[in-house]
Amino acid sequence: MLLIPCPWCGPRSQVEFTYGGDATVRRPAQDAPEAAWFAYVYLRDNPCGPHDELWLHGAGCRRWFKVRRDTRTHEILGSARLHQTLTGGQA
Amino acid sequence: MKYSIFSLARNALSHHEHWPLAWRNPAPKPRYDAVIIGGGGHGLATAYYLAKEHGLADIAVLEKGYLGGGNTGRNTTIVRSNYHLDPNAHFYELSLKLWEGLSRDLNFNVMYSARGVLNLVHTPADMDAAIRRGNAMRLNGIDAKFMTTAEIARWIPNLDCSPGARFPIHGGLLQPRGGTVRHDAVAWGYARAADARGVDIIQQCEVTGLRIEDGAVVGVDTTRGYIATPKVGLAVAGNSSRLAAMAGLRLPIETHVLQALVSDPVKPVLDAVVTSGAVHFYISQSDKGELVMGGDLDFCNSYAQRGNLPIIEHVVAACLALFPSFGRLKVMRTWGGICDMTMDGSPIIGTLPVRGLTMTGGWCYGGFKATPASGWLHAYTMARGEPHPLNAAFTLGRFAEGRTIDEKGAGPVPWAH
Repeated sequence: MLLIPCPWCGPRSQVEFTYGGDATVRRPAQDAPEAAWFAYVYLRDNPCGPHDELWLHGAGCRRWFKVRRDTRTHEILGSARLHQTLTGGQA
Repeated sequence: MKYSIFSLARNALSHHEHWPLAWRNPAPKPRYDAVIIGGGGHGLATAYYLAKEHGLADIAVLEKGYLGGGNTGRNTTIVRSNYHLDPNAHFYELSLKLWEGLSRDLNFNVMYSARGVLNLVHTPADMDAAIRRGNAMRLNGIDAKFMTTAEIARWIPNLDCSPGARFPIHGGLLQPRGGTVRHDAVAWGYARAADARGVDIIQQCEVTGLRIEDGAVVGVDTTRGYIATPKVGLAVAGNSSRLAAMAGLRLPIETHVLQALVSDPVKPVLDAVVTSGAVHFYISQSDKGELVMGGDLDFCNSYAQRGNLPIIEHVVAACLALFPSFGRLKVMRTWGGICDMTMDGSPIIGTLPVRGLTMTGGWCYGGFKATPASGWLHAYTMARGEPHPLNAAFTLGRFAEGRTIDEKGAGPVPWAH
């Protein structure tokens, strides 16, 4: 069971959260070339190791935030609000 | 040695102490005509069909652990071809036809059991979707039969078909030829048959790099030294992104863990594979008597080959809602396998943008049933350098070209299929 540290509510059980995927993906500019849009929609680094990802605390504060989690061990290395920088691990 | 009733009798007389090894354990040679990375069912099947159908003999299969130690040994052994979209229907039907003849082809009993795969429907929308899919299957020449609730209750008496059930059953779509196959036997059968055709199966040999010159693959670096080869086939689902990254490629894939579990073994109580899309649950009984069941992904990226308890609880709750009499059973074992989840829920079998490099992967959580056709078509693609018509739709390029094969209509989300 993951104990996810919500930056607003503190550590809570994973059943309160919904996963939102890779947090490093950035929406391209409206006039960006098609290749940039393709990469944004479809391509992922899919790292084996520290992964920066989005979570939603749906059964709590209902806010999105970022978590850095090791995909080999599920160890949570850090969490941060969306505008903050994640620290911990070596992503 | 050919396995038969005579070899069995002969070895019985010597107390089964003189059976030859099923395959060799060779050291890697410095060069091969083709190298397949991944010694699971897909990689071993690729090697077997390369040797059998395309006349290549100088082939190595490189496996970082032991044969069938990844997803080949971690699935729930279900085989079926009950797909709606044409490319999937034709591909999985080829696979099911190969399963039907595989024990004879490999001279190894893979224990294909056509016990029927039944998809339960719980709502009017489920019913419409099941009938539509069943009609599509029949138009593609695949067996499908709609069953009423009364027919299902007669066939599977311990399934709660009462109107007061937590998830009332309104009927089901049956594929009679679907069923189960003994998963370990698939790895062993393909390994033995490939070895007999001269394929070197090299275990405990992890690939650490792909060497590429002028846009073409020239060899692989491994923990047991460098191996030169003009053809490399990836059959490493779960780790496809990592291997592709060695060639500088990013894939439309995320790696997620899928769990399964078995109960303690009991006498025969269930002679069908029963699934429910609405409650995310599937179950069958193994030949050892264990009830084998599973459900959804854990829904977050993972290479850990193990999951967490909320999904186990969900699977068990779904089991008890459908089969109340299984409440006295105990969970004996749970495990997880890591899956290539693609952005459209369909696999990638084809060439990659590096000459000589091909892959079969992106199996989401349906790779086991695809094993024979995946190997057959991957071998064709490796041998010819271009896809067969049956895997022409499963290219990596389809995502950029807007030709995704989205069976579920879920859009570009890797964990929604």
